[in-house]
Amino acid sequence: MSRPGRQPGRQPGSPTPAPGTGEKSAGNAAGQSPAQLTWRRLRRDRTAVVSGITLVLLLVIALAAPVIEWLYGIGPHDQFQQALDRYGMPVGFGGGISDEHWFGLEPGLGRDIFIRMIDGMRTSVLIAFTAATITSALGVVAGVVAGYVGGLVDSAIGWLIDLALALPFLIFALAVVPTVSLRFYGPREAVPSGFQFAVLIGIFAVFGWAGTARLVRGQVVSLREREFVDAAKVSGAGLGHILFRELLPNLWAPILVSFSLAVPAYITAEAALSFLGIGILEPTPDLGRMIERSLGYLQTDPAYVFFPGITIFVVVFAFNLFGDALRDALDPRSTR
Amino acid sequence: MGRFLVRRSFSALLTLFAVSVLTFGMFFVLPRDPVTGMCPKNCNPERLERVRQELGLSDPKVEQYLGYMKGIFLGRDLGSAQGGHCDAPCLGYSYVNNEPVSDTIARVLPVTVSIVVPAAILWLSLGIGLGMVSALRRGTWVDRAAIGFALTGASLQLYFVGGVLLLVFTYQWGMVPVPHYTPFFDNPVDWARGLVLAWVALALLFSAIYARLSRAQMLETLSEDFIRTARAKGVPRSQVYGRHALRAAITPLVTIAGLDIGAALGGTVITEITFGLQGLGRTAVGAVRSGDLPTIMATVLVAAFFIVTANLAVDLLYAAIDPRVRLGS
Repeated sequence: MSRPGRQPGRQPGSPTPAPGTGEKSAGNAAGQSPAQLTWRRLRRDRTAVVSGITLVLLLVIALAAPVIEWLYGIGPHDQFQQALDRYGMPVGFGGGISDEHWFGLEPGLGRDIFIRMIDGMRTSVLIAFTAATITSALGVVAGVVAGYVGGLVDSAIGWLIDLALALPFLIFALAVVPTVSLRFYGPREAVPSGFQFAVLIGIFAVFGWAGTARLVRGQVVSLREREFVDAAKVSGAGLGHILFRELLPNLWAPILVSFSLAVPAYITAEAALSFLGIGILEPTPDLGRMIERSLGYLQTDPAYVFFPGITIFVVVFAFNLFGDALRDALDPRSTR
Repeated sequence: MGRFLVRRSFSALLTLFAVSVLTFGMFFVLPRDPVTGMCPKNCNPERLERVRQELGLSDPKVEQYLGYMKGIFLGRDLGSAQGGHCDAPCLGYSYVNNEPVSDTIARVLPVTVSIVVPAAILWLSLGIGLGMVSALRRGTWVDRAAIGFALTGASLQLYFVGGVLLLVFTYQWGMVPVPHYTPFFDNPVDWARGLVLAWVALALLFSAIYARLSRAQMLETLSEDFIRTARAKGVPRSQVYGRHALRAAITPLVTIAGLDIGAALGGTVITEITFGLQGLGRTAVGAVRSGDLPTIMATVLVAAFFIVTANLAVDLLYAAIDPRVRLGS
């Protein structure tokens, strides 16, 4: 089942030495726990600090969306037809930017872009974090079990991993989401947004666990034969104890890195599905669907394309930067 | 090598089989009534009933599946409304398009291939070139610029990049026409002009990933013993980098490139939608919107086929390059 070529790059985190063995990295780091060491390195890394602060800010904005709505005084569903001209286009510079509507108005429906973007960010952040948590948990359990138990279990899980990775994600999701909705709701019934959330998260879980599982499995295979595992076995530890108390603590670095890179990946995927019209549907605000709508106004109202486009870029960029910095900080071999 | 080849091919076949069962089950068993979506607007009950019969929806599920699979390998006889006999790669009949699904696939597949292949050449050369340069100039501004490009590219959304490219190059400057597909053999220049924006958009995003990967790979290779040995015994720098290091660093990238290209051939959904090109991906989206089950099923199968085949090809290629794979456990 080993696939040597697949390892580099795709799999975040460092392959061999466990984080606990990082003593040779910096001379003055002796006596620090790996967590302290990582924190110190992160604080010294300018990229990490800037992207980290940006991230926290974005997360606060996303989670505080209802409060912002209240302060801003405009809801995501309020329409301002009076601010549009008779062709339904917003009046004024940059798609109707004013001190009342900071990012202008949507052509046609005349809804406020700023507040819909904040709400859209909330949608994607909520979905991405939930999906990343679930997939990481599933992947870790599958990977640890496959790697440690080995034999038939390993082959079975390995094959499932291959299968999950062989399914064409976008096309499969495209086909499955409407089918599942149709199973529970008729073609003309409105699908509640909670159900849309659940289906998306479920789809991400079905596809996403495999990557983490493969990564964790590889790590466990290399840790399995180490002395501390033998020691635990000899002192009579049960399987569960060895798997989750002995092995798991050695795996948190790659897991953390893959989690932090999974979040932006899910933000992207969620936006893509909504862009294709099968993710989050109207009237729930969503960044991907906003861009999809806005592309129709590419020539007449380019500002409408740029606001959500740049927002989603900034969110994903901040996550990617931070994930990268975290990887460096957790890597015992890095010299920074 | 022989045993490895057999084992690997067998597992690929098994995966394809599982995908086909999964998709079949998903689309023909899960919905309340698969036919409702298959019958275009204002169709009468008789027609619905006929469609249902021709599809054999009352037959046992296993029989339906076997019939479908038999159609793919041997061809099968469909009802008269479905055009009678359907030749070997038979993927069923689409009531929405009123043609056998294999005809639709044969028409749209060249579009996707025309998007992916040149884009892949572009993104591989750009990405690997950037990665190598930045690894060799590690820590300089060249390196930092390349990393910045890579991180930016990896965070961009295809539809946004596509939108901006369209806005600037087509609508504002009029340098390229609105994206469209002309068969290569009809007019190669038109073919290129119609697809160039899609290539650039894809290449921008993918080359970023490859720049990052190849940089990391090159740095790792450069720190290995054989490079030091080569340098120590006096091999010129250009030869060490150009021949020894590049070759070792590029091999793992072959794997990833193979997989990415395989996945892309299964349908560059977002690209095709953004630029309005009717390839596999856009066909799949259209089929989903109109509830055209046979076409959805076929597009998923074709995409999975590309992914599994690319996987297999890459593994075999790798085994051929690296003896450790086929001899190891």
